[in-house]
Amino acid sequence: MNYIWYFLIVISIVFGAINGTLGEVAKAIFTGTELAVKIVLTLLGIMTFWLGIMKIAEKSGIVEFLSKLLNPVARKIFPEIPKDSPIIGDVAMNFSANALGLANAATPIGIKAIEGMQQLNKDKNSASDPMCTLLAMNTAGFQLIPATVIAILAANGAENPTEIILPTLIVTSTAFVSAILIAKLLKRIFPPQKESEVTNAD
Amino acid sequence: MPIREFIDILSLWALPSIILIILTVALVKKVAIYEAFIEGAKDGAKVSFNIIPYLVAIIVAISMLRASGVIDALALSCSGLLDKIHLPADVLPLAFVRSLSGSAAIGVFSDIVSNNDINSYTSKLAAIMLGCSETTFYVLTVYFGAIGVKKYRYALLTGLSADLIGIIMSIIVARFFFI
Repeated sequence: MNYIWYFLIVISIVFGAINGTLGEVAKAIFTGTELAVKIVLTLLGIMTFWLGIMKIAEKSGIVEFLSKLLNPVARKIFPEIPKDSPIIGDVAMNFSANALGLANAATPIGIKAIEGMQQLNKDKNSASDPMCTLLAMNTAGFQLIPATVIAILAANGAENPTEIILPTLIVTSTAFVSAILIAKLLKRIFPPQKESEVTNAD
Repeated sequence: MPIREFIDILSLWALPSIILIILTVALVKKVAIYEAFIEGAKDGAKVSFNIIPYLVAIIVAISMLRASGVIDALALSCSGLLDKIHLPADVLPLAFVRSLSGSAAIGVFSDIVSNNDINSYTSKLAAIMLGCSETTFYVLTVYFGAIGVKKYRYALLTGLSADLIGIIMSIIVARFFFI
């Protein structure tokens, strides 16, 4: 992450200087911070609401029910997480919210799932294997119906905006399955997490 | 159009029905729902504030990158190669931007749609590409920010590989359906 962050900024500044857009680049620092705060404020409200709803779901046994229901699949995708752990229920709800296109609900629920994974994590500073898999599931953007895109197409006068549903579903399911498989593959290639300060050539 | 109506109903009802189901099941099971809500909601502020430093770091960097114009320049410079793989030059910025910023991706998509015929291959390919995208950088920043993880290990590589597969698959599928 250190290198990626460095390169994003250095490329922006160097290219900005060559391209004559250095002024815009400098201005982007302030618009960027503003945007970040705006996102956090929006997230703050949504997060508070959904963590409240999720606590109700947890206490009423819905999360546990989903955990049990999905246990066979979850065993394959998240072998590191203990059987019947509520984390699996959170992951299931996160997936369902994503599939239904409810990004606002999916994020807080997903964060609840990753918090659970952090409690099992042996090195709190680095991402554990189940975390990488959870994020693979989330970054692949699986969605049954791309409602936003259909709305934009319809607003611009497309003849048949819903014709993109099937192709999008094919693409997004392929990306989703590949993301999980890639995570499984990279897990074997990347060095395992360190216990804590035990040194291991970096 | 029955499909349109079905989708409208689904989008309208998805959220309310989930909330309705959760609350009703909870009430039947005699959970003190109001107290439970407050108990869970208390953590919302803490988690959100944890995310701030991570989000500022990444969003500033991405805003700078977009402002420098490097993405557009890159798109322009490989337009010759793009024709061969049936990726119109207009769509390329979307391929880059969709991993970086969700609102920017929608902006780029609106641009594409207004500069091209809405019923053209270009618009449809862009629609598929946008429909299957999730902003990888944002997702990683928010999730890892919430729990204070700083070493992403293979999470970013996984996300970006999946994005690339999404782009390639979008082209293949769009060609199959719409050419």
